[in-house]
This record gives sequence, structure tokens and C-alpha cells, in this order.
Amino acid sequence: MKSELTVKAIENGTVIDHIQAENLYKIISIIGIEQIETEVFIGNNLDSKKYGKKAIIKIADKFPSMDDVNKIALIDPNAVINIIKDFKVVEKKQVVLPEKIKKFVKCINPKCITNHEDVETSFKVVKKDGKIGLKCYYCEKVTGQNNIEIIK
Amino acid sequence: MKNKSLISINDFSKEDYFNILNLAEEFRQNPNQKLLENHIVASLFFEPSTRTRLSFETAVQKLGGRVIGFSEASNSSTSKGESLKDTILTVSRYADLIVMRHPIEGSARHASEVSDKPIINAGDGSNQHPTQCLLDLYSIRKTQGTLENLNLFLVGDLKYGRTVHSLLMAIAQFNPVFNFVSPPSLRMPTEYKDHLEELGVKYYEHDDLNENINHADIIYVTRVQKERFSDPMDYEKVKNAYILKNKMLDNTKSNLKIMHPLPRVNEISTDVDKNEKAYYFDQAENGVYTRMAIMATMLGLK
Repeated sequence: MKSELTVKAIENGTVIDHIQAENLYKIISIIGIEQIETEVFIGNNLDSKKYGKKAIIKIADKFPSMDDVNKIALIDPNAVINIIKDFKVVEKKQVVLPEKIKKFVKCINPKCITNHEDVETSFKVVKKDGKIGLKCYYCEKVTGQNNIEIIK
Repeated sequence: MKNKSLISINDFSKEDYFNILNLAEEFRQNPNQKLLENHIVASLFFEPSTRTRLSFETAVQKLGGRVIGFSEASNSSTSKGESLKDTILTVSRYADLIVMRHPIEGSARHASEVSDKPIINAGDGSNQHPTQCLLDLYSIRKTQGTLENLNLFLVGDLKYGRTVHSLLMAIAQFNPVFNFVSPPSLRMPTEYKDHLEELGVKYYEHDDLNENINHADIIYVTRVQKERFSDPMDYEKVKNAYILKNKMLDNTKSNLKIMHPLPRVNEISTDVDKNEKAYYFDQAENGVYTRMAIMATMLGLK
């Protein structure tokens, strides 16, 4: 059985698919699901030929901006965004790693100004040996992909 | 470059370095230029650093400017709970230029976003201290005639040493060879060694100071601080391996200069001071000319 059908289909909206199961909860916090008032369906630990276990998020009647969508690339660069109209996929988008990240990630350096005063975080996305890092615009320290913490 | 701030050495290009170094040389030859007359420079030291503060304040006075400020946070409104942003917004209404030292990393960058007056970073925690780096570059070029193709020995605490990290990043652009001499626990961090590898710059690591220094053009010594060791025994074991003594210099190159950001404790034996290769007090003097050049440049006066 196709996993899309394991989770209820939506008529219009956005489906975030091909999320590695372990990344689901981080992605939920990035896209601010608690603030969405339309129907949301979440499936986790679904069988996937590609990953073993995958997760899927379906959000009815919402079409997020690419800025929001691309934040997902920080956590799971393989996630795919499907735009659904009349139960059909009308557009498929791969998430794209942004060059800069503002506001929503915390700097790992406890001595960084962004952890002491009311200063929004700002990072340049750097890549090293296939891993993503966020270089802080202020303290110049790199927050590694595994240490990414989302600011609520 | 008027109203530009100096926050991080990484913001500067080679050309920017040379403009500052050339101007510093001009001030050394003719220090009597009252370019800062009718200018007020704020010297905000949220943590004490006597040497850096005196060097800046000397530079301001030589240029005929006046200084306002404080030498530690307890003398400032920070102790009453004022935010850095508010302090900077206020002081930028008083002064034409702000020099600041602050223990929090990224504080100078934040100040430069808030202030409409130039900010000079005089040290933000373990992050950046760009005026130290520029005076080091000035001293190296002055004594070697060039920044290109030099053999540099960096000695001491290479793990936490902000000064050696900035110097490495700046000199790496000039085809050097680096030799790192440190206790195993205070080695140069991988990120800097990776950077050198990307640029194709050669480096070697050593556990002690030995006859290898006979190839050096510059030996840059930093203090190995006791508090960096979790076990005091480890400090006792290594502390004597990094002391430069005069007799070790017998077969070194004639152009060799020994540098140190100061303050020194015992890592350069005092018998080196009379050796003409000792350069650390000249280096401190060069700091004044370099800071004159930086301030004149930031204010667009040169």
C-alpha cells in the first residue's frame, strides 16, 4: 500500500514528504505547526523503501512561503514539498539550503551576544565534509548540524 | 573607508591591510599630525585591559584628540543593568568614534549595527582583536620587509590564543610556512589547520622548542596559562618546555625577530631582552602608530 494513503488525503494544501522519521519533531518545531489552525495530519515511522522509516506531514489549505520551506533543508535536505489541489499534486519542490539563516536558530556559543542581549541571531550557512554548519554573524563560531536548536 | 567600523580581521582584504600598514609607517615617521583635534574618542572598556587601553589613548592624544570613557564595567552604567545597545546609542551621541573591549563575543558587531559612529573592536571575548593583528602585521612587514614567504613559529597556547588565530588567518594569504609549538592539549584547532590545507599552506607541529627555530623568520610567543589545565600537574610538566632562552638563539637567522603580544610572564627569559632579535617592546610601540592609522582611516581623515 502506498504510504500517502496511510495518512488521510487532503483536498488542498501542502504535503511535506520523505522526512527521515528521526527528523520529524525538529521539523514540526521549525514550521510552527502549533500555530496552524487548519487540519494537520502527521504520520511517523511509515515504511519507506528509501529510508526504512519515514514521516509525512499534511497541512490543509496552507501554502507556505519558500523561505519557510527552505528552513526544513537545515534539518532534512531530502524532504520534498508537494502542493496539492483537488487531491492532486500540482507542484513538487525539493527543499533548497538557504545561504543565510535568521532568527529561528540559537547560537551554540554561550558567550555570544545573541544569548545575552535582545539580538536576533544571524548565520551564514557553511558546508564542511557534507555536513552543514551555521557560522554566527556575531561571534563567528560555527553551530554544527547536530547542535541546531530552534528558538521558540 | 569613512565611518566604516573595524570589527573582525576577516572583513579586511589584503589591500585594506596595506593601506593601514602604509599609513602606520607614515605616522611613525611623522607622528606630529593633529588630525583628531576637535574630535572626541570614547574608550569603553567593559573589561580591563590596561595595555590595549593605554595604547589607544596614547594614539588619540598623539593625534590631538580627547578621550572619554571607563576602564572597567563596574565604573559604567552596565553595572546598573543598562543594555549594551543603550550604552552605545548614548555614547554615540557624545563621541565621534568608539573603541570598545567587551567580554561577550559579537558585542562589537552588534554595537556597529546600533551606532552611526565608527566602532573599533578592541577585543570581544575570545573572538576577535583586529588592532592587535594589524600591529602584528605591521611589525612583521617592518622587520622582514615583506609579508610574503615567511617561516613563522607560533609558540604557547595555540588552542585558545585569539591573537595567534587572527595572525594565522591574515598571514595565510601570503604563502607562509607555519610551525606550531605547543603542549598536546593546547594544539592549534583543527578548523585552522583545515583552512591552511585548503589554501595549500604548509605547517608542522612540535611538542617543544628545539633547533628547528634556526629556520624561523618570526617566533611569536604567547603565554601558556595555568588555568587552561584541568590538572595542575599537567601544567607543571609542560611549563618549562616553552620558555625561550637567549642561548637557544645562537644559530638562528640574522633577520629573526621574536614577538609577543604581552604581558609576558616567564615564557621569554629576561636574558633575551638585550638580544637585538627581541622585538616585543618595539611591537608594543608599533601598536600606537597602527592604532593612529586605524582611527584616522575610520574617520576618513586620511
